[in-house]
Amino acid sequence: MNESSIQKTESEMILPGIQQGVTMATEDHTNRNADNLQVNGSTGLEVRNVHAWFNKHHALADVSLHFPQNTVTGLIGPSGCGKSTFLRLLNRMHEFIPKAAMAGEVLFNGEDIYSPEVDPTEIRKRIGMVFQKPNPFPSMTIAENVLAGPKLAKVKVENKDELLEDCLTRAGLWKEVKDRLKASGSSLSGGQQQRLCIARALALNPEALLLDEPCSALDPGSTLRVEETIVQLSQTMTIVIVTHNMQQAARVSDYCAFFLSDGGPGQLVEADLTTNIFSNPGDQRTADYVQGRFG
Amino acid sequence: MESTDLKQREIVIRRGLADRIFRRAMATGAILSLSLLALIASFLLFRGFEVFRDFGFSFITSAKWDSGSADGVTPASFGIAAMLVGSVVTAIIAITVALPFAICVALFLEYYAPSFIRKPLTAVLDLVAAIPSVIYGIWGYTILNNLAAGWAKSLNSWFDWIWFFKVPAPIFTRSPFIAGLLLALMILPITTSVAREVYSQAPRDQIDAAYGLGGTKWGAIRSVVMPFGRSGLVGGAMLGLGRALGETVAVYLVLNLVFKINLQILASAGGNVASLIATRFSEATPYELKGLMAAGLVLFLVTLAVNATATLIVNRARNTA
Repeated sequence: MNESSIQKTESEMILPGIQQGVTMATEDHTNRNADNLQVNGSTGLEVRNVHAWFNKHHALADVSLHFPQNTVTGLIGPSGCGKSTFLRLLNRMHEFIPKAAMAGEVLFNGEDIYSPEVDPTEIRKRIGMVFQKPNPFPSMTIAENVLAGPKLAKVKVENKDELLEDCLTRAGLWKEVKDRLKASGSSLSGGQQQRLCIARALALNPEALLLDEPCSALDPGSTLRVEETIVQLSQTMTIVIVTHNMQQAARVSDYCAFFLSDGGPGQLVEADLTTNIFSNPGDQRTADYVQGRFG
Repeated sequence: MESTDLKQREIVIRRGLADRIFRRAMATGAILSLSLLALIASFLLFRGFEVFRDFGFSFITSAKWDSGSADGVTPASFGIAAMLVGSVVTAIIAITVALPFAICVALFLEYYAPSFIRKPLTAVLDLVAAIPSVIYGIWGYTILNNLAAGWAKSLNSWFDWIWFFKVPAPIFTRSPFIAGLLLALMILPITTSVAREVYSQAPRDQIDAAYGLGGTKWGAIRSVVMPFGRSGLVGGAMLGLGRALGETVAVYLVLNLVFKINLQILASAGGNVASLIATRFSEATPYELKGLMAAGLVLFLVTLAVNATATLIVNRARNTA
């Protein structure tokens, strides 16, 4: 386990974006500090005392967390601890599950996204989501898949070809598909499909991106490509990623939040800089989990 | 390769008595129903063979149906072209009218209706399927006939520049249009239930993807659910078509049987194969009876083909889900 913490410490020193040969937006990265995770009402995404229920089942209890802008926050914890539930709360996908309920506040740039005046489709446009299983629309071509978002959300696009190339490039897929944009989205490999789904989410130019175990169905090579994509994207947007893979959390995230359920509702045990979570966690249960003693 | 030295072992499964009895019973049932189907086909072929031999291909292409005079001065002449065309025309009208309704009802039940509406409405739809067709026929004859004649008249006055909305005489009752409307009502339950089944299997993760991109419910339905259900829906429509092709009593009661190929759907003339058989059966000469058997065989084969295609399409849609 020390291995991955060392690995992360290295990528701390050589910033991941610089490895890619890109100049970084510096502010948040140089200023990485566990205090950033405290609820402070500043811009970006923030949750306050959030609970979630499915029918009578209390799935998540009293979570408060701030996601610093232009960083990657990893949500880790064993299955059933409420990570995915928490993630879906952040862009109002939670309410699509029958009998789902919530309490608390989710603030996006200071605005409560669950207040009645807010149009949830508008929120989902600004906070994109990538799911566990690659889910391109099978009835659409690669190009149509990327442009599906603006079409669904009724956003006018000035230059479709430019947007298409831009999104696919940022998702790291352009070179592989530029000659077959008219092929079906489901003709791609699993890893390519997932990057297509990322490109599709980017087409709406979201301010934040939520990823729910985006690599769990992918082979190691594709996983690496998706991780590179995530690190690149974090220069311009806030990213929250649920992952079961500790190495992945160590590789891509700046901050980590550890969730755990002790039979009752899932709770946030602690949130800290990823380096601290892996090398010097504040809670014994976190140490046990990241070192593979349970979960 | 030294496979010559290797002896492949035979895998023997010893079955218990109960298992053997059960297998026999199942196999008997399956074979019995299949052989019944084959028996019906061969009975119709056997009884109608003479007519096929006498008239050949003109049995399908001629519209003339004449049982001939008893003294043999006027020879009998049998052709079911008018009835076949009538069957197809009424069935197509039925499916054209029923399909949009079926899609709306299925989408409403599956994606919009709260469960306290969904359950009773589904039950009512199943009940509609259980109404005997003679009841539809009587209702069609007494009520729909006059009601729809008014609609037919309006259609004719607005659209008579389209050839199939023209009429030879201003009589609008007992037309293929009205028979088609009645059939539409009769096939609505089966078409809706197939549509509902395919729509309900639309993959949740793709619907989530549509929502996740800021799509509305209608957006998700249009970009995911409807493309997903398209082939299954075609199958459902064809199942309805098969039913409409074979319908007898209702068509017999609302449609004027005329032995002339009629594509003017508002005109008071038409018929279908099934109602031809029902009309002529009781007073047919022995030779005409053979003609009716032959007509029955043609209808049997057409509906069998339509239903088989439909089942194939529905199954394929189910498997790709």
